[in-house]
Amino acid sequence: MADLTGTQGATDEIRAQYLAHARSKRVMNLILILLFVAMLGAGFVTADDRNAGGFFEGLPNILDFPADVLSEAYERGHLLPGYLVKYFPSLIETVNIAAVATLIGGLIGLMVSLLVTRGLAPVPFLIGPLRRVLDILRAIPEIVVALVLIYLLGGGPIPAMIAIALHTVGALGKLFSEVNENASLKPLEGLESVGATWPQRMWLGVIPQVAPNYLSYALLRFEINIRASAILGFVGAGGIGYDLRNTMTWGQGKFDEAAAIFLLLFLTIVAVDQLSSVVRNRLTHGAKLQEVHP
Amino acid sequence: MTTLAMQTVSGFRRKRLTALALPLLILLYLTYAFFAFDVPGLTDRVNVGNARTLVADTYSYKTHVTRDNRNGSVQIAIEGERKGRYPEGTSPDWVALGADTVIDLGEGHVVTFGQNVTYDVPGYGLIVTDPGNTGVNAELPDGPVPEWINASGNRLTVTTDAGRLTVTRNRSEVFRYAPGWELFFFTLESPYHDMSWGQIASRAFSGEAGAIWSDFWNNAMWRHGDVAWALVETVLMAFLGTFGAAIIALPLAFLAAKNFTPLGSLRFAARRVFDFLRGVDGLIWTIVLSRAFGPGPLTGSIAILLTDTGSFGKMFSEALENVDEKQIEGVSSTGAKPMQRYRFGVIPQITPVLLSQVLYYLESNTRSATIIGAITGGGIGLMLTQAIITQKDWEEVSYYIVLIILLVMAMDTFSGWLRRKLIKGGGDV
Repeated sequence: MADLTGTQGATDEIRAQYLAHARSKRVMNLILILLFVAMLGAGFVTADDRNAGGFFEGLPNILDFPADVLSEAYERGHLLPGYLVKYFPSLIETVNIAAVATLIGGLIGLMVSLLVTRGLAPVPFLIGPLRRVLDILRAIPEIVVALVLIYLLGGGPIPAMIAIALHTVGALGKLFSEVNENASLKPLEGLESVGATWPQRMWLGVIPQVAPNYLSYALLRFEINIRASAILGFVGAGGIGYDLRNTMTWGQGKFDEAAAIFLLLFLTIVAVDQLSSVVRNRLTHGAKLQEVHP
Repeated sequence: MTTLAMQTVSGFRRKRLTALALPLLILLYLTYAFFAFDVPGLTDRVNVGNARTLVADTYSYKTHVTRDNRNGSVQIAIEGERKGRYPEGTSPDWVALGADTVIDLGEGHVVTFGQNVTYDVPGYGLIVTDPGNTGVNAELPDGPVPEWINASGNRLTVTTDAGRLTVTRNRSEVFRYAPGWELFFFTLESPYHDMSWGQIASRAFSGEAGAIWSDFWNNAMWRHGDVAWALVETVLMAFLGTFGAAIIALPLAFLAAKNFTPLGSLRFAARRVFDFLRGVDGLIWTIVLSRAFGPGPLTGSIAILLTDTGSFGKMFSEALENVDEKQIEGVSSTGAKPMQRYRFGVIPQITPVLLSQVLYYLESNTRSATIIGAITGGGIGLMLTQAIITQKDWEEVSYYIVLIILLVMAMDTFSGWLRRKLIKGGGDV
């Protein structure tokens, strides 16, 4: 009997402990959430303060500009097809910048990724330094490289292409090396046993295993790069972004052309988005890739 | 048997052909791009002089010593800027003011601003000029004119490793180069400018810490205070945009998920909203919003918020479609109401997935915020574009670039730390 009451006491104690633990955890969570909400609020107030126009003053005007653009586009709607044709070459340039940057960046990223994967790298002590290089390449916003290169090389697509390609090397190099890590090493051992050199082992042993995942990531990057290429055009690197800025600085009277450019850009982004998602689904047989942040 | 062998052979042949065709196609495309981007014309456009200035400016600065030849007044200014001008009557120790101004460029190179302007170049001789209404009147030592001297009737330029002398009718100017970033801590107006670190530390302990800090913080050349604010603004844009988007996208994602919204039309509408927000893209949102709100961090925040609401909505709804129904059943078997079912049956399952995605975006949005700042005007992006547009403050450009890289890497580390902490800790925040 005495034994039983003892157990009873222990249970009570455990329950009390559990409740106290749960309560303290709930209080902690509440404090964290309150802190987070306070930070959001304070952040909003600070941002509002430092903005040229306030949020609540600006809110009623938010539709003014789209309305201006739409009304001008509607008034001169018959000109729209002409504009679409006029700006189509610029769109091609923007897409070309993204495509070339993805291709070159992807190819370089592929080679680097093989050098930074443990188990595959031919020179293991280079793994650390090369990974830091990839980190830095990823950390530099494209616009920084593009602006400096525009100063050195003049405007045009090349600075934008180089800037995006550098970033792509950083981003794809890391993702590719994560894919490489999951590759089976057995084919490599087989190839090594018959005397294959390092490039042969990579080309025949690793690439066939990882190619679908590579392609899938590269497509996702292409999507992101099209957006980047449009933005870089806006700061002077050619393509449709450049035309957009010209029509925008012109102001009223050219908004119909701006509308045409908006439309082209929107349609391209959505089309590439959909296309790449279909292709990616087929490549990975429905298997989900880890989501990539832009 | 023969057919099988033939099939195999033809299959291999086709495979070999495609293996060859792909690199060929890529090569073809790159060749097309080579000419479409006008790479051959690049050699004409490359500005080697700009490249030299850029590289030199990132690790060195120059001090201008300028004399007005008509009234004889001498002015010394770092980078020739008003903010870097030496007060009247003071000079760095390599310039001796007086009736004649003697400028020691080091290694025996001496320039004298007197009745004549002379430059004594070791191993070459004395260059004498007498600037006035009749021109520069340069007298060079005998022999052929070396290529580092550029002399004409009205202008003489001598460029040596020690510095550069330019004489025109009205002005004589010397550049002296020195390594480092000029006046990084204190400008010349500050009393702490030529003190050593030890002296500054002792002054700080004797109660001048506030003054020292304010001289550093309000440094007119480098504007440390403004730069710090710009960095804060950039992080603020990323923070508000990312978390604001996550908060808005979460309830909308329930509408777009098949297992929570059986009504097809509603689901369709929610998904098209996400596609639209993503498709319009940050660039266009930025332009549209800056018309309403003006330039600044708020505009950038909302632009990020709108774009990312689309991305998050899509990702969250996919995560919601993958939740395990059993846990929801278990919670509802205890008599939980719908809100409680979501709170205890669904949210704990998707929190790790959502949090890790949101935190990934926090880092990438720091980069986006830099770019958006450059377009709409706010944060470090704006300061960077301004510094690049002046085309001479390259030391500031490199300073900002270093800061941006450090900021993005710090955000990357921070979001990774938070991700590990929150997800491994298992807290249901």
